[in-house]
Amino acid sequence: MNIQVSRRRFLQLAGAGAAATTSIAAFGHGEAEAQVAARVRNFKLARATETRNTCTYCSVACGIIMYSRGDVKKGETAEIFHIEGDAEHPTNRGTLCPKGAALLDYVHSKTRTLYPQVRKPGSDKFERISWGDALDRIARLMKDDRDKNLIERNEAGVTVNRWASTGFLAASATTNETAWATYKVVRSTGIVAFDNQARV
Amino acid sequence: MASLAPTFGRGAMTNSWTDIKNTDLVVIMGGNAAEAHPCGFKWVTEAKHNRGAKLVVVDPRFTRSASVADLYCPIRQGTDIAYLLGVINYCIQNDKVQWDYVRSFTNAGLLVDERFGYSDGLFTGYDEEKRDYDRTSWDYQMGQDGFALVDDTLQHPRCVWNLLKQHVSIYTPELVERICGSPKDKFLKVCEMIGECSSKSRTMTSMYALGWTQHSKGAQNIRAMAMLQLILGNIGVRGGGMNALRGHSNIQGLTDIGLMSNLMPGYLTIPTERETNLDEYMSTRGFKPLRPGQMSYWQNYKKFFVSFQKAMWGDAATAENSFAYDWLPKLDVPSYDILRAFELMYMGRMNGYFCQGFNALLSFPNRRKITEALSKLKFLVIMDPLQTETARFWENHGEHNDVNASAIQTEVFELPTTCFAEDEGSLTNSGRWLQWHWPGGTPPGEAKTDNWIMAQLHLRLKALYEKEGGPLADPILKLDWRYKDPGHPAADELAKELNGYAVTDLADPADPAKIQIERGKQLPGFAALRDDGSTACGCWIYSGCFTEAGNQMARRDTRDPDDTGAFGGWAWAWPANRRILYNRASSDLEGKPWDESRKLLWWDGSKWTGYDIPDIAPNAQPGQVMPFIMNAEGSARLFALRGLREGPFPAHYEPFESPIANVLAPRIRGNPAARVFKTDVAQFGNPEKFPYAATSYRLTEHFHFWTKHVQINASLQPEFFVEIGEELAHEKGIKAGGWVRVSSARGSIRAKAVVTKRIRKLICDGKPVHIVGIPLHWGFTGEAREGFGPNSLTPFVGDANIETPEYKAFLVDIEPIDGPVA
Repeated sequence: MNIQVSRRRFLQLAGAGAAATTSIAAFGHGEAEAQVAARVRNFKLARATETRNTCTYCSVACGIIMYSRGDVKKGETAEIFHIEGDAEHPTNRGTLCPKGAALLDYVHSKTRTLYPQVRKPGSDKFERISWGDALDRIARLMKDDRDKNLIERNEAGVTVNRWASTGFLAASATTNETAWATYKVVRSTGIVAFDNQARV
Repeated sequence: MASLAPTFGRGAMTNSWTDIKNTDLVVIMGGNAAEAHPCGFKWVTEAKHNRGAKLVVVDPRFTRSASVADLYCPIRQGTDIAYLLGVINYCIQNDKVQWDYVRSFTNAGLLVDERFGYSDGLFTGYDEEKRDYDRTSWDYQMGQDGFALVDDTLQHPRCVWNLLKQHVSIYTPELVERICGSPKDKFLKVCEMIGECSSKSRTMTSMYALGWTQHSKGAQNIRAMAMLQLILGNIGVRGGGMNALRGHSNIQGLTDIGLMSNLMPGYLTIPTERETNLDEYMSTRGFKPLRPGQMSYWQNYKKFFVSFQKAMWGDAATAENSFAYDWLPKLDVPSYDILRAFELMYMGRMNGYFCQGFNALLSFPNRRKITEALSKLKFLVIMDPLQTETARFWENHGEHNDVNASAIQTEVFELPTTCFAEDEGSLTNSGRWLQWHWPGGTPPGEAKTDNWIMAQLHLRLKALYEKEGGPLADPILKLDWRYKDPGHPAADELAKELNGYAVTDLADPADPAKIQIERGKQLPGFAALRDDGSTACGCWIYSGCFTEAGNQMARRDTRDPDDTGAFGGWAWAWPANRRILYNRASSDLEGKPWDESRKLLWWDGSKWTGYDIPDIAPNAQPGQVMPFIMNAEGSARLFALRGLREGPFPAHYEPFESPIANVLAPRIRGNPAARVFKTDVAQFGNPEKFPYAATSYRLTEHFHFWTKHVQINASLQPEFFVEIGEELAHEKGIKAGGWVRVSSARGSIRAKAVVTKRIRKLICDGKPVHIVGIPLHWGFTGEAREGFGPNSLTPFVGDANIETPEYKAFLVDIEPIDGPVA
């Protein structure tokens, strides 16, 4: 079922004689050279944890393999140090485009968001805030607005449960599972200005 | 997507990336796959190399897709419908029709209401005040038996085929050239190449993207091609299809799960306030078959709906309270889409707004209006892995964000989220594959998953309602939230809910004494859903993704028997792991493959079999049950009935800002059924003041506004520019690399000019039309240089059906200016 690829295993097999059919051979190496190449590769990746993922950008959804020091599945701190195309993936077969090939720089971008921040009314700067305080404050703002503006019944007396004064714009690269959690939370409040990136 | 559903029954790409290798002709129009989807485009290269397939590109720019095309034909942006109806006219006039397919599998023979008609650019029922149609006459003629009337010989003057033939007859090659600026000889060559694909042994694939959707009649652009593909018999076959290349990695999933104002998961729809109870709601859904013996699968609507309500509210959704029907919001307008939301915000009627991974300030049209709208909010919450411009809309960045922070009273929260590399779950690609992915890195700083953030918000809101009470608290208090860690639902728990499970023991319908599925077990697929509250399912079309056999989306079987490109064991595709939608149409009426060398699904005498999961009941008799099982007719629709707001057939309309008037109906500006807000009408520009036809596009080195945060990409394409042709540059005295100011009725931007041969002057209605290209990747955060984007210029108007903003066709002026002092 959930088969995590092992590139090391794959390359070991390649080195052991199946070289003629591997991508290494396709680069013009002879069989002996392929074995050497595979061994060097093996060495380089010996201490890496490999994780299967898909490219975050477009809808081709190319398979990628992320190499990290440390294993998040074992509860370790893991730092990704290399990302490459998944050679087994039926669509991209190991290739990546100029965007996908630079994914590592996305993960480690200097402009990743790192801490919750708040910008107070009229202020010209963001300030750090704890997660607890930020979420408490947002929940407060939501409830106050909902309590004041939720339309329970329309003029005809029909129950409409519509909250139109707060809106939620969902993402385009989050998982289906996040989409579902988001759907549940947002719809349960009666928000109607609910949308996603499909339109743009 | 809004056009594919009314045509075929489902709003999704029909085939898969890997299937493109099976085609004979690729038509890229309304997209630029070589640059925007490079690794998917590889399958075009495979088809060219291995099958001798040809590539046709129709685009205002000579793109990189065009550079490897066998034939490139220029077109003025916003005139695709005229072009495609011209191709359909050519096919009908020259007998380039897959007749057996059209007769058997489309609604060509069905008879249309006598009152329906089209004249002066409008269909029957138009109300100019409302900018809308009374669609009553857009219907079939119904017989005494409750079924639509049909003439299989296609002779009846009111049959769909004859109405279509008449409707497209005006779109001659001469008219196409006059409207589109496409040279007649090139247009005819394209027609010839496309026409060859009407043969049973040749297929064509259409690859399109936002070049078709970002118009005020985007849905009809796509429909025109969908109709052409039906006429050629190219839907449901290998190497064919309507291949909607979605922009983002999970746009398809987000839409499938219904994160839109008027949707629920699986393309169910949110009730309107006219539907005061569940029975009224159901009375306009759950379509009865329009022809005898058809599956009309939406007949099962109530099963999907009730199971969804059970997934939302668990035990609190009961038969007695109509499964909590009242807890769903009821709409008073067609939808609170983004344009309406920002209009309300602009009017001061929206107080709070959340952007989850969405950079609204750079994404939505008429940036000045967006900035003013955001400034009127009480609070704005941003959840994003990157520092977006939207989170900093109040921050002054000189000309690139000229605002006064002290005058903006919005309270803004920026919440750091994980990115793909640190998160687990599935994404749905263009080809409907749900691929599970695993986290490999530790989130930076205090970044959290979106699941955690949403759960925390819910729990806090719930606690406040528990403590303080408040109006209609039950939908929040009773939301089914039984996760192992309610503060952080796990991806597999959520996926299991999407798949669905048995709420009670499910009896076997064939033998009620026997239990078919035990309580609490995962359902095998949507066929197991029931409408009595005994099943729960978050998204019926995803049912089958996480069964008792485990997480199907995590499958990674690389086998592909006979190299068909199906890869049925790799991940999981909706619906029911079908890889090519409507695949029953790959065989003729008797169930024999149209093309033996490219067979997909066939009738073996007792059942459907082949390389794919049948998109029909496995024992459905050929000749009786038709392939388009979601449509009440069982056939695909050349005539779309009331499915789209501006007409059952596409018709040519100009963009709202166009260099020439509509030559068919000069009085009509833009799409007559598109919604326009009053404040925006005043901001449409005219060609006298803004003479040049502008369009927006992506570059291959960048992805929207994300990759400017990525060092390599920011180095590859560091600086904003606009692209113009040599003739315009010469006319205006603009030097290559020189500075220009580009302005529209809504704003102006400064840029360096890239002068190319890729854009050429077109002659439309006798007048020269110059095109200005504006890429969209710059802003004021990240590593790239600060720059502008097209949304400073584009009009605030969207598609009539789904409100996708008109980004691809608008008017600008351009002037050379002195560069900034270094």
